[in-house]
Amino acid sequence: MRVTVDEDKCCGAGQCVLIAPEVFDQREDDGIVMLLEHEPGEDRHVAVREAAAVCPGAAIEVSDKA
Amino acid sequence: MSLDEQVLSYPIPSDAALEPPAEWAELRSKCPVAHVKLPSGDQATLLTRYEDVKRVLADPRFTRQLNAPDAARLSAEGNGVFNSEMAQIIPDGGDEHQHWRRLVGKWFTAKRMAALRPSMEEIAEQLIDDMVKCGAPGDLKAGLGFPLPVYVICDMLGVPAADRERFSYWSDALLNLTRYSRAEMEAAQGEFFQYMADHVAARRAEAGDDVLSELIAAGGPEEGGLTDIQILVTGMALLVAGHETTANMIGKMVSMLLADRSRWERLLADPSLIRTAVEETLRLDANSGFGLPRYLRDEIEVGGTVLPRGTTVVCSMAAANRDESVFEGAEEMDLRRSPNAHLAFGVGAHSCLGQALARTELQVVLEVLLRKLPSLELAVPAEELERVEGLAVGGLRTVPVRW
Repeated sequence: MRVTVDEDKCCGAGQCVLIAPEVFDQREDDGIVMLLEHEPGEDRHVAVREAAAVCPGAAIEVSDKA
Repeated sequence: MSLDEQVLSYPIPSDAALEPPAEWAELRSKCPVAHVKLPSGDQATLLTRYEDVKRVLADPRFTRQLNAPDAARLSAEGNGVFNSEMAQIIPDGGDEHQHWRRLVGKWFTAKRMAALRPSMEEIAEQLIDDMVKCGAPGDLKAGLGFPLPVYVICDMLGVPAADRERFSYWSDALLNLTRYSRAEMEAAQGEFFQYMADHVAARRAEAGDDVLSELIAAGGPEEGGLTDIQILVTGMALLVAGHETTANMIGKMVSMLLADRSRWERLLADPSLIRTAVEETLRLDANSGFGLPRYLRDEIEVGGTVLPRGTTVVCSMAAANRDESVFEGAEEMDLRRSPNAHLAFGVGAHSCLGQALARTELQVVLEVLLRKLPSLELAVPAEELERVEGLAVGGLRTVPVRW
């Protein structure tokens, strides 16, 4: 799994951090998303997919690698 | 007459406080772009499908300029919180809005909210103890739902505990469109404005550990910060946006979970369901209020219908949240539903700034209630719960409970 985030779309809702704190964080100075892990381990895939699905800014993209 | 020929009055009344009006399902399937008549008598276009509501809320061409001369007025008195002079001081769109949002948004990150948890728990425990002392049955709305969010916002704004009651009154007077006279509302707004002006001045003289001090410390507009009036109005907006909404949601959430007590029992048995249960009650809140109005400056097509420029659109997030094409078993409450991409907080650049705060408050309230009052139950049948009638925010009149 490969994760990318779009800072321009991010509205700082913090849903991703609430759901997958090992993979996402928010910058101290403006609340915008920071990606901690570009290729999270398998045990985090469910949470990352949930975070991407509920992001109100549609700022998280998940792609599957073969 | 079928739904697509008649003009519905909006908001659409519902027979039961926790249940949606039957018209929503019919509108979604047969008339997703519907003509409605607002309380002012003006006409607007109502959207009820998930995809349409989501698209419109995320599309900046659907503006929040409800003060345009040909925009529909929501009620005869005007648009209330949706276009007061106050609301115009905070930038509405584009880069300026994003700049404001990021300056304020850093106060509402998930981490900051997690750090507030212990103080929220303390407030919740104290309020529940007080409610229990007064004996059962109690009103969970008056005892817990209404005060908790005000206390939390007062802490964030650096307002001393002694002034919490005044904040509660101002918030209620500004948002409750039925309980107070126009003169009372105006007086409350004036007092609140004066209080905040003095408070901002005091913080400018001596900074505290609060959101206003932080906004002052960012400097004026030339240093990338906000003007004094913007800081003041931001403080007022945080109370107005964050109080009545969360206060009512606490009462509705607990009522929905107790209406079928097997839900409460499942949460008692497995508190790890709290997070998804909170989201599910937000999704199924059939009484969330007016929805979000938008004003169209250009002609745009939505759901196969061309909307002319000058159209006022009302997005019903609550109707969209029950769209069967998006949510499996949409009418059922599934405490484990995941993912749950409901639209209760809106979506896109203008989605609720305080959503992490609201989520944390709801989760904390539920956690503390389950722990302290496991025997909690509604003291009246759910069918007897009554809605507060008003435009801006939906809620229940009282939430009678025993334990």
